[in-house]
Amino acid sequence: MSFKPVLLWSDALILLLLAVVAAGVWLLRHNETFRAPLRQVLASRMGSATALILAVYVGIGLLDSLHYVERLPDEPGKAAQYSGEVKSALDKLLSPLRENVEKTYSAPFATHLYAKETMTGPDGREVRDYPRLKHGGAHLADPDQEFWPDVLKRGGLGVLGGMVCWTLLILPLWQRGRTHSALAWTLLCILVVTGLLVALAPHYHVLGTDKVGQDVLYLSLKSVRTGLLIGTLTTLVVLPLAIGLGIAAGYFGGRVDDVIQYLYTTLNSIPGVLLIAAAVLVVQVQIEAHPELFDTAAARADMRLLALCGILGLTGWTGLARLLRAETLKLRELEFVQAARAFGVSRMRILARHLLPNVMHLVLITVVIDFSGLVLAEAVLSYVGVGVDPAMISFGNMINGARLELAREPVVWWQLVAAFLFMFVLVLAANLFADQVRDALDPKARGRA
Amino acid sequence: MAEGPVPEQGKVAKIAFAILAACVLAACTQPVNSPYSAAESGGSVLYSAFGERPKHLDPARSYSENEYVFLGNIYEPPLQYHYLKRPYELEPQTAAGMPTVRYFDAAGRELPVDADSARIALSEYEIRIKPGIRYQPHPCFARDAAGKPRYIPMRPEELAGIDNFLDFTETGSRELTADDYVYQIRRLAHPRVQSPILGLMSDYIVGLKDLAKVLAEAAKAQSKEAYLDINAFDFEGAYVVDRHTYRVRLKGKYPQFVYWLAMPFFAPVPEEAERFYRQPGMAAKNFSLDWQPVGTGAYYLAENEPNRVMRLERNPHYREDFYPAEGAPGDREAGLLADAGKRLPMVDRVVYSLEKEDVPYWNKFLQGYYDASGITSDSFDQAIRMNADGEPDLTPDMRERGIQLATAARPTLSYMGFNMLDPVVGGLSEPARKLRQALSIAIDYEEFISIFLNGRGLVGQGPIPPGIFGYREGIEGVNPVVFRTDCADRDSRSRGNDGGCQRFKRRPLEDARRLLAEAGYPNGRDARTGQPLTLYFDTAASGPEAKSRMDWFRKQFAKLDIQLVVRATDYNRFQDKMRKGSAQIFEWGWNADYPDPENFLFLLYGPHRKVGTGGENAANYQNPRFDRLFERMKDMDNSPERQAVIDRMVHLVREDAPWLFAFHPKSFGLRHGWVKNVKPNLMSHNLLKYRRVDPAARATYQAKWNRPVLWPVAVTAAVLAGMIWPAVAAYRRRQKATAHA
Amino acid sequence: MLNYIVRRLLYAIPILLGVNLLTFALFFMVNTPDDMARIHLGAKHVTEEAIQGWKREHGYDKPLFFNAGVEGAAKVGDTLFVEKSLKLFVLDFGPADDGRDIAREIKTRMWPSLAIALPTFLVGLLAYISFALLLVFFRGTRLDTAGVILCVALMSISGLFYVIAGQYVMGKLWHWFPISGYQPGLDAWKFLLMPVLVSLVAGIGDSARFYRALFIEEIGKDYVRTARAKGLSELRVLFRHVLGNAMIPILTGVVVVIPRLFLGSLIIESFFGIPGLGSYTIDAIQAQDFAIVRSMVFLGSLLYIAGLVLTDISYTLVDPRVRLE
Repeated sequence: MSFKPVLLWSDALILLLLAVVAAGVWLLRHNETFRAPLRQVLASRMGSATALILAVYVGIGLLDSLHYVERLPDEPGKAAQYSGEVKSALDKLLSPLRENVEKTYSAPFATHLYAKETMTGPDGREVRDYPRLKHGGAHLADPDQEFWPDVLKRGGLGVLGGMVCWTLLILPLWQRGRTHSALAWTLLCILVVTGLLVALAPHYHVLGTDKVGQDVLYLSLKSVRTGLLIGTLTTLVVLPLAIGLGIAAGYFGGRVDDVIQYLYTTLNSIPGVLLIAAAVLVVQVQIEAHPELFDTAAARADMRLLALCGILGLTGWTGLARLLRAETLKLRELEFVQAARAFGVSRMRILARHLLPNVMHLVLITVVIDFSGLVLAEAVLSYVGVGVDPAMISFGNMINGARLELAREPVVWWQLVAAFLFMFVLVLAANLFADQVRDALDPKARGRA
Repeated sequence: MAEGPVPEQGKVAKIAFAILAACVLAACTQPVNSPYSAAESGGSVLYSAFGERPKHLDPARSYSENEYVFLGNIYEPPLQYHYLKRPYELEPQTAAGMPTVRYFDAAGRELPVDADSARIALSEYEIRIKPGIRYQPHPCFARDAAGKPRYIPMRPEELAGIDNFLDFTETGSRELTADDYVYQIRRLAHPRVQSPILGLMSDYIVGLKDLAKVLAEAAKAQSKEAYLDINAFDFEGAYVVDRHTYRVRLKGKYPQFVYWLAMPFFAPVPEEAERFYRQPGMAAKNFSLDWQPVGTGAYYLAENEPNRVMRLERNPHYREDFYPAEGAPGDREAGLLADAGKRLPMVDRVVYSLEKEDVPYWNKFLQGYYDASGITSDSFDQAIRMNADGEPDLTPDMRERGIQLATAARPTLSYMGFNMLDPVVGGLSEPARKLRQALSIAIDYEEFISIFLNGRGLVGQGPIPPGIFGYREGIEGVNPVVFRTDCADRDSRSRGNDGGCQRFKRRPLEDARRLLAEAGYPNGRDARTGQPLTLYFDTAASGPEAKSRMDWFRKQFAKLDIQLVVRATDYNRFQDKMRKGSAQIFEWGWNADYPDPENFLFLLYGPHRKVGTGGENAANYQNPRFDRLFERMKDMDNSPERQAVIDRMVHLVREDAPWLFAFHPKSFGLRHGWVKNVKPNLMSHNLLKYRRVDPAARATYQAKWNRPVLWPVAVTAAVLAGMIWPAVAAYRRRQKATAHA
Repeated sequence: MLNYIVRRLLYAIPILLGVNLLTFALFFMVNTPDDMARIHLGAKHVTEEAIQGWKREHGYDKPLFFNAGVEGAAKVGDTLFVEKSLKLFVLDFGPADDGRDIAREIKTRMWPSLAIALPTFLVGLLAYISFALLLVFFRGTRLDTAGVILCVALMSISGLFYVIAGQYVMGKLWHWFPISGYQPGLDAWKFLLMPVLVSLVAGIGDSARFYRALFIEEIGKDYVRTARAKGLSELRVLFRHVLGNAMIPILTGVVVVIPRLFLGSLIIESFFGIPGLGSYTIDAIQAQDFAIVRSMVFLGSLLYIAGLVLTDISYTLVDPRVRLE
């Protein structure tokens, strides 16, 4: 085998998450209360289109979660050795992008660097000019003449390829009448963009390069996993705590309410950034104290990311819990709950059947808003110096870097724009999708429709 | 008082009128985006900024560049560096002449000046100060009609009524005496002052260590509030000869001491100040030497609100001091001697505003609200371009604005250090040395300088930066371990224009690979186990800038197929690792305290190593041959013999390669045309008194550069209207629909 | 009611104690007193004696929670924790680790913070709720869709970007305002306008969307249909019934932050150079000045608890069905 799979902690958690989701789907496959809304979401125009986009992001994130180390060339008589550099399946797919590193900034589709340099000309004299890039457009003998024809030719081929794929995919579905136009158009867009990128990215830096010459498209794609992880794993920590404690506090009142309120008031009353800063520093100290556990750069960055998710979760559950408590306070006075209580329905049953469904929409709204908020919060935390590992590729680190680039003249805008676009599409899709889920899950909304 | 109270209404009207007048005046005299109030602007004022509030303004305690910006202009140590001359040259400031030194042996007999340093047991410096120098006005000198101190002692109820430093309405002044200098030397041992050089100076100044011990005991014995009279204790290290003369006694020979006499640590502090500030209740109101200095310098700190602004005003009692009449070659042509012989200071007021971020600082500079600015890596391309000779020059845009550029090599070394105690990269064994040499070649700092410093740096060839004795210019200063001198080669880094063999270039990567193989790691893999070599880089840096730097380092190590793991951590943890010696590779730098090679070479002196002794030798380098040479070199005067010793030391360090001499940064400063007499002087801190400004030119330019752009207001209004219109229309439609239904 | 308030205020004591315990534990895990001393003494020529001296001078020379060296109650009493945290309860913040008086600093820095936070809060609340009501009024139309998309677009941009863009466009390109800085008194307005505008725009996406969701939720309820059936105009329904009934979730989010307005905003203040409590806190984190951080955490908790009590009281004011037991 020329490689050895590596399971980082976050990979393991992703697998766990997938397993939980799969199990849930399997268990509930005959449950009509969940199947109907789900079908409704996927049948709606917005729901299906956004679900597709989210699926693409998740796909990128999953590909980036299959980690491995490459085997080094064997030396006779010695045990097989593996490289210390952990790569992912996505890295392998994007290896032309990963390896085509320039010296420093270059604009999207540029063939020359963004800054002038002193070079020795063919006649031995020193001139100051924009040097050619090592990779971007390097196949062109005369960029001035050949650039547009080459880009158009490759781009056209890419678009064509995307459309062919689309036709092959969509035809059988259409024949069975199982799809509608919004989904089809979204798929077309995705495939055409993918086609364009596949055709152009190996030969040009489609989104330019950053300060040390890394391809920005590659950075953006790698950031997807970090963003998804911070959004999902944090929510995983938040949900059980917030729902359980919030509803219990609101419903039971008394001693239970006191203890839970004490917990979340104490946590919540400490200004968030300070608490997160302190906790991240503690984790960092722990990582420093046990360097033998984190032997690769990837493992260190990964542990720090997980810790950040955990901390954000532990400090972030209080807001939702308070909201749920207030809502429960209101709900428990309502007739149907009072009636259920009067009929002697058990407490757990009231909580699960009457209260939980009636606060679910609040949970969903909060989770969705938090999802994007969490991805964005990372940039702010990086500004304070307690974000993800500086070596980790993330939207936060990209935006934070772009902060300085905007002060340049001429301005370096592409890293900010790339991060913005990738994030924007992700958050927009997530929000619109959640709106659909909310409409479908909300019992009152369903009654109205 | 004969005047009756002003009627309330009249007062209100008066205030209202004053406000109106101020607004109108402000609107007329300065652009709307001016960050200064109308009262603050105009006149002979310099505008500058500080990035973080100074922690300490006590000259015995302060030890950082950003505090010296203020302190240097407020306090006057006996010596200063000549403003214009290069290399840096000490000259008297408050002293009447350069200090004289006498040497004594262990038996107390005086020795000739050229005596062997091993025989010298004691050196005694005598400093005479100029008579008639007076302190700034300050309440600690204020006296009542009876001639008694006005505010010492102060009744608690009186202090309770004082909230602002300006509420001390009465001030006074007095002549500077030799006592004040001696008092400050004693203060270095004051337990409440916590001077950062106490440890270092205890090794040199006679009796300072004992004084510190005795004072600490005395402080413990009395209550926290009580005044500790440090003059009441015996101290042999410094004493007053007469009103204007004092002597300092040092153990052995320490020729570098005269440089310390140009630093604020040895500036005068009047005992009245201590007595005034140490009164109970003062510190709680932020009245302390750390906050409100008392000096003899050209300026005094008139307003200290470090959350926003710090304002220096001309000291009305400032001594007679004149602009230098001679300078370095070229200074006259540059107009730096136009004010020769004029009375200093030439600017009345200096306003420092708090500015934490680079981007707003730079933009305000371009708007004309700051007089001078550095250049960040991101604003570089906007400001500077290289001319045909490869020399840095201003862009046409900057030229048009009348902006001027001044560059200077900094007496600073940035280096990448190897922990010599580390089992992989450390030690003086041949393989470890070759590994370090291989890395020295592979890590291409020329590229680093061009990416991260925009070329504002000089590749390091050895531990001594340019401008300091022992540094060798040009081809004879090249580090042969890393660079190859090759006259035939055209692609060179150096631009020797005398046609001689001035060219050198970094050794090719093959050399590094060969060294790596010889070190036992062919192709970056351990020859014995076949395991890939992984090295660890420890850093406390964070933020986007650091990230790209770390990416770059990884790329450099990868050239030799070595994987670099960056262990980023916080400052404390990093320091801790350095102290324990558990770091492997790290970045470090050193700014010269004074322009002497000893201040750099001591960083590699074995007995000063970090682990165990807590010294400054961060790489924990220990080579007995180097240490012996260092001990000889440090007491020598600058001479060809000293140069020869230094050359041998540099050779040793290059071969052993405990450091990778990264670069010496160059300082690039921009200033507007209305600021005159600017020459970078990286050793002096009392530079403000030499500056001159042309306020009229500044006002003209500020008005020209800050005309508000008004069309976006119209566009925004139009867009808002465009958004409201469909809403209104839809509302109407709906109203109609419901009305019909 | 009074009973409830008294109970809540007594209950603040264990919370504040818990907060203090947590901050002490966390910060001393990161920074031992030795580390603090090193930070404050600077990087060059630091000796062991100097560190011990600093600790003695600033009262960090005692054990953290348990003093084995003394007898009896002093085992717990004569410790850093007791010494440093009990004083906070009488709002005696003491000097910062750099020697400056914290209470004084808070008193002066509170005003610039308020000058930004209060207008932002009030104008923001008004603008966001109006905007949300507007969207709800036009629900189901293209205006609503456009509004929601605008909200989502605005909320997927990092707050840092608004600050950078605001400074760049309004300050640098158009010369409307000083790029950063602050002057007390009458000149303050020109420094405050830009940060307030930027924070308003940065907040609109999140908040308007949240309020809209709340209102949409309310509007589906029976009483709204009844009200409409009674022939009430749509605007009246929205303002009287929908807004009134959405009050509880609105208040939950809003009232609690009012006391905390004093503390200002970390990012806005440090970007625009406003000398408020937010930038004070950021500086303290960066300088690792534990005395300031401890005081700010304590103050933040105190104001937060005040906000909670206010919230509960406000519930009873808007909805008589809520009982405070």
